[in-house]
Amino acid sequence: MTALTDPARVLTTGPRIRPGRVLTWTLLLIGGVVMVTPLLFMFSTSLKTAGQVYDLRLIPAAPTVANYVEVLSDGRFLRWFLNSMFVAVTVTLSNVFFDSMVGYTLAKFTFRGRYFVFIAILSTLMIPTEMLVIPWYLMSAQFGWIDTYWGIMFPGMMTAFGTFLMKQFFETVPDDFLEAARIDGLNEFTIWWKIAMPLVAPALSALAIFTFLGNWTAFFWPLIVTNSADRYTLPVGLSSFAVEQSIQWEMIMTGAALATVPTLIVFLVLQRYIVRGVMLAGLKG
Amino acid sequence: MASTLTDARPLRRGRVWDHFSITTKRVIWAWAFLALPVVFYGVIRFYPTFQAFNLSFTDWDLLRPAQYIGFENYRTLLADPEFWQVFGNTFAYLVIGTPISLVISFVVAYHLDQVRFMHAFLRALYFLPFLTTAAAMAWVWRWFYQPVPIGIINSALSGAGLPTQPFLRSTEQALPAIMATAVWAGLGFQVIIFMAGLRAIPTTFYEAARIDGLGAWAILRKITLPLLKPTTVFLVVFSSIGFLRIFDQVYNMTTNDPGGPLNSTKPLVLMIYQTAFSSFDMGYAAAQTVALFTILLLVSLLQLWVLRAK
Repeated sequence: MTALTDPARVLTTGPRIRPGRVLTWTLLLIGGVVMVTPLLFMFSTSLKTAGQVYDLRLIPAAPTVANYVEVLSDGRFLRWFLNSMFVAVTVTLSNVFFDSMVGYTLAKFTFRGRYFVFIAILSTLMIPTEMLVIPWYLMSAQFGWIDTYWGIMFPGMMTAFGTFLMKQFFETVPDDFLEAARIDGLNEFTIWWKIAMPLVAPALSALAIFTFLGNWTAFFWPLIVTNSADRYTLPVGLSSFAVEQSIQWEMIMTGAALATVPTLIVFLVLQRYIVRGVMLAGLKG
Repeated sequence: MASTLTDARPLRRGRVWDHFSITTKRVIWAWAFLALPVVFYGVIRFYPTFQAFNLSFTDWDLLRPAQYIGFENYRTLLADPEFWQVFGNTFAYLVIGTPISLVISFVVAYHLDQVRFMHAFLRALYFLPFLTTAAAMAWVWRWFYQPVPIGIINSALSGAGLPTQPFLRSTEQALPAIMATAVWAGLGFQVIIFMAGLRAIPTTFYEAARIDGLGAWAILRKITLPLLKPTTVFLVVFSSIGFLRIFDQVYNMTTNDPGGPLNSTKPLVLMIYQTAFSSFDMGYAAAQTVALFTILLLVSLLQLWVLRAK
């Protein structure tokens, strides 16, 4: 009632004045707690001994990091972590460079064949990865890329999604900026790298977050292309580790925690940027 | 000597370069930017696509040279009862998973959008699972589904005096149990996208509706949902494609019997994986990937057609 009579409140809060807001808030909180329950129990069980696993209390009676010491002792998880990190960072850098270079070219240059190149790249979005893994596997076998970092990385070095996203954003960069740089005698590469790129920084961070996350959690292709434990990425390594541990759930939970918690912490710190990036990419893509 | 060479070269190249018009220079720059990407898309995307179709007409098994056998692989596939079971499973993931996850994520997003108190914290709770690794969390869920006294869900059920459930050990419950894991993992993304869509609706619409005396329910039906349609269409297509391509969760939750029990959870991608990389029946697997491609294309086109702007 008051919301209708007070113009300031209508403008700022609109339809948000509702009875039962406390109830809504509580239900949202319960739902949210349910959402993170698997994460909490994963972490809690990783701090329990084999004998305590059957004690399903969330707070361990006698928390111990013994599982972590044991899982990390042979260095495999560290290796997988570094493998994943190297692969994800390299692919992300490659995408940030090439997708934006192609997106910029398609947005800001006029030349015969531009539309054709754009449609050709866009059309690859229709092809599911699963259809390409067999040819990629044969290609890798032929060139000796099986069980190498390059073998894991090459399919994702450029993506149509990233190119399309960057093209959308470069189209919003005013031509006057670029023209002014041209008059100053800068070459086209410098104009793109030094003038245009900083103007689309939010889109670049969105692209980087998406690419990194996608490659960090990637499972299907790394599972196919790697076959020695030295080359596994973290998800593939964890999967093989869990199979090997069979029913030692506290060890499996420790492995799962090692695979998720470090990145979750990073993501929590960067949460605002990530949410903005997802919104940006989801709306434009 | 060396210095004269390095001095002369840019000078000569500079002269040739200077002869080009500004337009020609820009065209050359454009193709220089595109050179490597064009090669990449040709070799890593287009050629493999063509090769996948091509292989699907051969009997290649990595051992003997490939022979063209026409549509034999497709005939085998259509006559294979396992394929039809897998086909049914794949659609079960889609048909159950997509509506459930979209309804939940919309309800959460709609209410979360109106909450100011500890908004970022609540949003983080829903968003966190999206940032986890599916292969890792599949094992956590697998543990949850274990029988008493290991599994949390069954322990809770028995604690409440309810009958325990077989979950992953049952041909009927295993697929929904795995699907729940996938819904959980994707929910945060959908909530964020729905919230972005809700924010994009201009507040003037709401103000006009309030002045017209519309209630919250009428506003939701007459304004919010219609204006949110582009977002909904995007999420329907995006989420459907995700469910049709489900693999990580199924693979990790059924490692003792992949796609089991009795193939009741096996999706098409897992069948492809087994045909190609366990049986090394590359020609047959390629035909299965073509089937997957066709299904994805038809489902996306059908959804876009049904949900098109009227």
